[in-house]
Amino acid sequence: MSKELSSNEPTGPIEERWQSHKFNMKLVNPANKTKHSVIIVGTGLAGASAASTLAELGYNVKSFCIQDSPRRAHSIAAQGGINAAKNYPNDGDSVFRLFYDTVKGGDFRSRESNVYRLAQVSNNIIDQCVAQGVPFAREYGGTLSNRSFGGAQVSRTFYAKGQTGQQLLLGAYAGMMKQSANKKIEIFARREMLDLVLVDGVARGITVRNLTTGEIESHSADAVLLCTGGYGNVFYLSTNAMNSNVTASWRCHKKGAYFANPCYTQIHPTCVPVSGDYQSKLTLMSESLRNDGRVWVPKEKGDKRHPNEIPENERDYYLERIYPSFGNLVPRDVASRQAKFRVDEGRGVGPTGVAVYLDFKSAIEKKGEAAIKDKYGNLFQMYEKITGENPYKVPMRIFPAVHYTMGGLWVDYNLQSSIPGLHVLGEANFSDHGSNRLGASALMQGLADGYFVIPYTLGNFIANTELADVDTNHEAFKKSKEKCEKSLQKLLDIKGTKSVDYFHKKLGHIMWEYVGMSRNATGLKKAIEEIPKLREEFWKDVRVLGENNFKNTELEKAGRVADFLELGELMARDALNREESCGGHFREEHQTPENEAKRNDEDFCHVSAWELKSEEKLDWVENKEPLKFEYVKLANRSYK
Amino acid sequence: MAGAGGKNLNLKLKVWKQKGPNDSGHFLNYDANGISTDMSFLEMLDVMNEDLISNGQEPIEFDHDCREGICGTCSLVINGEPHGPDKGTTTCQLHMRRFKDGDTIAIEPFRAKAFPVIRDLIVDRSAFDRIIEAGGYISTNTGNAVDANAMPIGKAEADEAFNSAACIGCGACVAACKNASASLFTSAKLSHLAAIPQGQAERISRANSMVAQMDSEAFGACTNTGACEAACPKEISIENIAVMNREFAISSLKSRK
Ligand SMILES: Cc1cc2nc3c(=O)[nH]c(=O)nc-3n(C[C@H](O)[C@H](O)[C@H](O)COP(=O)(O)OP(=O)(O)OC[C@H]3O[C@@H](n4cnc5c(N)ncnc54)[C@H](O)[C@@H]3O)c2cc1C
Ligand code: FES
Repeated sequence: MSKELSSNEPTGPIEERWQSHKFNMKLVNPANKTKHSVIIVGTGLAGASAASTLAELGYNVKSFCIQDSPRRAHSIAAQGGINAAKNYPNDGDSVFRLFYDTVKGGDFRSRESNVYRLAQVSNNIIDQCVAQGVPFAREYGGTLSNRSFGGAQVSRTFYAKGQTGQQLLLGAYAGMMKQSANKKIEIFARREMLDLVLVDGVARGITVRNLTTGEIESHSADAVLLCTGGYGNVFYLSTNAMNSNVTASWRCHKKGAYFANPCYTQIHPTCVPVSGDYQSKLTLMSESLRNDGRVWVPKEKGDKRHPNEIPENERDYYLERIYPSFGNLVPRDVASRQAKFRVDEGRGVGPTGVAVYLDFKSAIEKKGEAAIKDKYGNLFQMYEKITGENPYKVPMRIFPAVHYTMGGLWVDYNLQSSIPGLHVLGEANFSDHGSNRLGASALMQGLADGYFVIPYTLGNFIANTELADVDTNHEAFKKSKEKCEKSLQKLLDIKGTKSVDYFHKKLGHIMWEYVGMSRNATGLKKAIEEIPKLREEFWKDVRVLGENNFKNTELEKAGRVADFLELGELMARDALNREESCGGHFREEHQTPENEAKRNDEDFCHVSAWELKSEEKLDWVENKEPLKFEYVKLANRSYK
Repeated sequence: MAGAGGKNLNLKLKVWKQKGPNDSGHFLNYDANGISTDMSFLEMLDVMNEDLISNGQEPIEFDHDCREGICGTCSLVINGEPHGPDKGTTTCQLHMRRFKDGDTIAIEPFRAKAFPVIRDLIVDRSAFDRIIEAGGYISTNTGNAVDANAMPIGKAEADEAFNSAACIGCGACVAACKNASASLFTSAKLSHLAAIPQGQAERISRANSMVAQMDSEAFGACTNTGACEAACPKEISIENIAVMNREFAISSLKSRK
């Protein structure tokens, strides 16, 4: 039976909601905090900030990550920057404007109360990071620098060259290491969570595989925080790190956590194009480049001239032409679709014809090569390493690629999932970005969740919940462990003929073709038919060599791809179900005469939170959380 | 394996295989044929592994994650050089256009006593985490920070701090050093925090405890050969080590009083 979900958000004037909620929540007194333990899976910005903050408060934290050190979580790769409503440039920014831009940028599919809170705490994040020693870019006078990102007409993005994620993560990691020295955080690196353990319906622990020894371990605690990132790698090719996966979220979904808006995928407009079938991942060229780079294609179809030989009047700076007020800084979904349209028209560039140009010539002429190098040096270098071309001399070739997933486990205003005790933070939850995330807002959200939201809401959960004494001797842990061991053995026993990557690439192809940048009913139905077939073939014919009791990368990948093969189907079903276009979800049947996304607020102004009827069978019910827009009026998004 | 614009290479690989820290390990030879010059080095290994799996042979285990040169996970010694022949480049960013048809390429793990081999080309670098744990942070609890612009920091100092903070913690410096010293890694963190006002309060104790931790791990001493700086994919400057020595000297003096 389909349910209507309650967000548990407070009421009253939006600017007072978080404040009054904080006051109304119960507290755990300092001495009692030290008696409670919390499992935090993931050490990206969300997990690391939560771990260090909760440990500072006194909780005993157990932190888990796949990488060999918490410092290497995928957040490290974030390039461009982090938003905040500081209004340091005095260009008219405010908490309300950041809130407004985020709701509008998300195409009216996010929860207003959450977004407002995010905008409110954004300023504290910058203060906190500076106090930790994060070396943000600065002006000569010593104040912090800002730049612009898509979907905004103010400069509110703080950055550290093209390595903002690295610097923010190292700040949070340093905080974690300090608490590790204080024995308040125990770090378990090279561990992969394979299952969530419920006792009396409450999340009380996890089952993990030690990736070095292969041992299956049980860990118990009073609450579990999932900070395991996004699932973009379901497409095989994406800008995500190779180890990014959906396994932790998916195994929780199988235990009863609802998966919200799985079809909301962000395709980032500026990535280095695919060069061959051996390609293992795609590299992002930060959105910040659109501050100075101009996007164009030749006016004529099939113009094969070298870009530097194509004169100005034969170039089509199509974003500037179509969207004069935002120009090259339109939001990502809009920029990506427009690039696809150009390629579909036959005006794509480069050896494959599947790319557009991002050109820095005018910026270099105006500001000088040194200034451009200072801002984007490492990105230009990265581009040159991959392509062998010098972007100071020749325009970059770029094309959209899968980058971020707005969908994720459903959470209420307290970041608690539909399973009591299981909280979800960062990219792994669905909460703040609606159907399209604005640039530089993921870092903001991850750190908001970890530094400033969960420390309050987790306390409230613990103070309000009767937690029985549970340890890993409990039957539920033993059962979970056995189940995990069996499913790993099953993968090894198939002894089929095709590698894990073979299946992952095939799945990626189906997803990109039918559940990618532009979707239609026929294609989605085809995906819903093809994916289960591929899944069946996988379970009959995958070849995983090596042993279970040792470092075995193929075995790790196999478990993740098995989960992607299920998630892919849910994404297609969600996309088919959502008869509208919004943000990153573009249904060809629903577009304006100018090819812009056409929402259907009458029927789809809600979150789709999918519930699995049973752990054994893939059969879902759709629960809905209605969305209300009281402060930003539902309107057609326009960036013209 | 054709690329969009590149050529194809046939190569011989000599790859280190080792079952675990207690196994003695050995080289195995492989042929890598039809490798596109547009591939990255790790994509070349992916292609090799796909071939090995289809022949029922165990794939080569190597560490990697971001494949963008920022996470510091990839860690190969290629023809004797950590991260291979290109200056300022991680293994994952190295591309096959750097090699010639017919080349033999030797691939080994980062070798150091402090980095035991887990399997094949994967090593354990947790000693680095312990060095940071000893003091590579500014103690500031969440929630009590002042406004970010309350403390102006000149662009030059901020840039200097950034340049040291850019270290990705990969360990190439250790692998390149004949003494397997971790001085470049440790000093980069010390210099980052010494360059900015927020780092001053704990400056003395930090230098002391981080250096002590470094010395207690199985790293060797620094003899200033500069091999670390030359191998560093982020071109972290060896001047950081001079800063560390200065910081350490001051801290020893102060703690003696
Ligand atoms: C190339 C790139 C550039 C970006 N640039 C920007 C930018 O400039 N600004 C911006 O705002 N956003 C940017 N983003 C988005 C942003 O980086 C991410 O959304 C954000 O960092 C996610 O943080 P997180 O903490 O939620 O998860 P992640 O950083 O993805 O961390 C996930 C953690 O979970 C662990 N984990 C996962 N599964 C398991 C499991 N089963 N068991 C144990 N551990 C597990 C991992 O080991 C890791 O520690 C960028 C993204 C990419 C790909
Ligand atoms: S894989 Fe991240 S630096 Fe090479």
